[in-house]
Amino acid sequence: MKYIDEFRDGELAKNISANIAREADPKRTYRLMEFCGGHTHAISRYGLVDLLPANVRMIHGPGCPVCVLPIGRVDQAIRLAREQGVILCTYADTVRVPASDNLSLMRAKANGADVRMIYSTQDALKVARDNPQREVAFLAIGFETTTPPTAVAVKQAEASGLKNFSILCDHVLTPAAMHAILAVEGGVSIDGFVGPAHVSTVIGSKPYEPFADDYGKPVVIAGFEPLDVMQAILMLVRQINEGRAEVENEFTRAVTREGNLKAQELVAEVFELRDRFEWRGLGSVPNSALKLRNRFAAFDAELKFNVSYVAVPDNKACECAAILRGQKRPQECKIFGTVCTPENPVGSCMVSSEGACAAHYSYGRFREKA
Amino acid sequence: MSTIKSNYTRALDIKHGRVDMSHGSGGRAMAQLITELFASAFDNEFLAQGNDGATLPQANGRLVMATDSHVVSPLFFAGGDIGCLSVHGTLNDVAVMGAAPLYLSASFILEEGFPLADLQRIVQSMAQASREAGVPIVTGDTKVVEQGKGDGVFITTTGVGVVREGINLSGDLARAGDKILLSGTIGDHGMAIMSQREGLTFSAPIVSDTAALHGLIATMLDSGVQLRVLRDPTRGGLATTLNEIAKQSGVGMMLHEAAIAVNQPVEAACEFLGLDPLYVANEGKLIAICVAEDAERLLQVMRAHPLAANASIIGEVVQDAHGFVQMTTKMGGRRVVDWLAGEQLPRIC
Repeated sequence: MKYIDEFRDGELAKNISANIAREADPKRTYRLMEFCGGHTHAISRYGLVDLLPANVRMIHGPGCPVCVLPIGRVDQAIRLAREQGVILCTYADTVRVPASDNLSLMRAKANGADVRMIYSTQDALKVARDNPQREVAFLAIGFETTTPPTAVAVKQAEASGLKNFSILCDHVLTPAAMHAILAVEGGVSIDGFVGPAHVSTVIGSKPYEPFADDYGKPVVIAGFEPLDVMQAILMLVRQINEGRAEVENEFTRAVTREGNLKAQELVAEVFELRDRFEWRGLGSVPNSALKLRNRFAAFDAELKFNVSYVAVPDNKACECAAILRGQKRPQECKIFGTVCTPENPVGSCMVSSEGACAAHYSYGRFREKA
Repeated sequence: MSTIKSNYTRALDIKHGRVDMSHGSGGRAMAQLITELFASAFDNEFLAQGNDGATLPQANGRLVMATDSHVVSPLFFAGGDIGCLSVHGTLNDVAVMGAAPLYLSASFILEEGFPLADLQRIVQSMAQASREAGVPIVTGDTKVVEQGKGDGVFITTTGVGVVREGINLSGDLARAGDKILLSGTIGDHGMAIMSQREGLTFSAPIVSDTAALHGLIATMLDSGVQLRVLRDPTRGGLATTLNEIAKQSGVGMMLHEAAIAVNQPVEAACEFLGLDPLYVANEGKLIAICVAEDAERLLQVMRAHPLAANASIIGEVVQDAHGFVQMTTKMGGRRVVDWLAGEQLPRIC
């Protein structure tokens, strides 16, 4: 397939793999975090770990939108659907995220709540237009990639006077999460980042510059195709070997330093920073998420239905927090693969195929045999 | 003078009529629906017996029986409809057991308000599929449920076939060293349905591969190769079916991604929706596992048949206490090809 096959060429991958093996210093290890779930998925699905020398280790970061969604946020959506009779629309993976009382949106749906899986915010608007007598809320999750479409939907709802539409805003910010990972006392053992692909098309490469300048961590922005990831790893190894810490862009076909200014303006018009937001795994992180501006308060489901956020602690045995920070690997969690499986996820990392645990369970389990 | 008419006073209004509750009540309306719509289309000597069940001649050999319910939405899709699908699906389940299918039954659950014109289209498609396969629909049933309690029409078909002496196929017979063959591209049926549901259009439309495989299977059985397992990778796709076989046989498998063909529009649609073609349904493909020495010969036999022109050897059965199905990727890596967890949901970014 054109524009796809070029980035999945096995021969080219072998060349890059050979270069990484040749250039990686056998006397040291390279601990590289791929921030995005999209990269985690590509690494697992294409078996890229087999193309890396043992001393180049990939650590799966928190960039999977459903994985960082805390229990309390899902509870909020479930309450909205069950107690207020709202039609709750959301992106597909979200319906499986475990919530309180052994529920998830999918189970709430089986119990009678009206939960709809959608592909686009436009679908949510359509549900609202098609059900004028019902209230329709969109559980808006995701990083900077999915934020502009939510902003568009809110503006369209305002322009068309759609009064039965609102959003439960759980949009979060990538740079804030990277700060949270790096700002751990005593430092973290991460030598560099494979930077986000789609997020960076929106925000550009500029917001990552503090990670290179202030924390001394190289960042290479990479596309989600396997060759993109391989090339980014090679670029990181080179930066580390040369003692450089810069923001480099492997994904030049889509990402500029400034990003998509129009999308940024739109987001700034509709949303403002929340003071704090609780992340699964990272805890409460300041200035790390968005909420609707006052002008759009009529579309804010939290205000409209008075469903406040109640924090709920994660399952004690679940190691999602340490895994999302790159401190532990999925197989080091006691309940991985036993109590917690893709069929019955306890922690959110087991929910999406982009989550570190689900990716390892579904694609990489054979590696544990040895 | 007698005014008794031998037929119904008014023929079914197929063009404008709709199914109503009386069509399932057991009365005259139901009899009329059966006569004018079903019996005339399926017409065969066994159905013509007109009894509650069909009396069938004695069969020689072990009997195989399989049943399958069909609830597909949309009912009509590129490459087929629920009618021919309900015939092919059950025929294939019988045929992959190594049996020659002989008879089918068909049971309909109709939703009140369903257009008779659509019903006729479906029934005629079933009749054509059954005629082409040479397997008559010998008995059936019709029920009507209230509006909102069904999704237009559900069809359950049951098939009976007979296995001749010397043929023994089963999911627990795969052995380390055996080769795994696939009859063609994967994901065509599932993506035809999905792209229609989501309103996706491509320059080359995605067409369901729904087809009856018993002809292909007969040539494979006649070729004399030592077959161990045949199975059609329907729901859950190739990945799920291979995991089922691995579990039944207590073996592992090593597949080779480069040998698994995917039509380009299917690949594009999967990319677009975040789906993996390995988990997408097929309705006209089969997996064959045979002893290694016979694999090349089986491949030639399959490729000579129009329904398996793109057949390939996609991997081998290996010893593995964990029963993992693994795959070498085009990138030169290795991954597990796991059971499908839940429904295959699209990823969001």
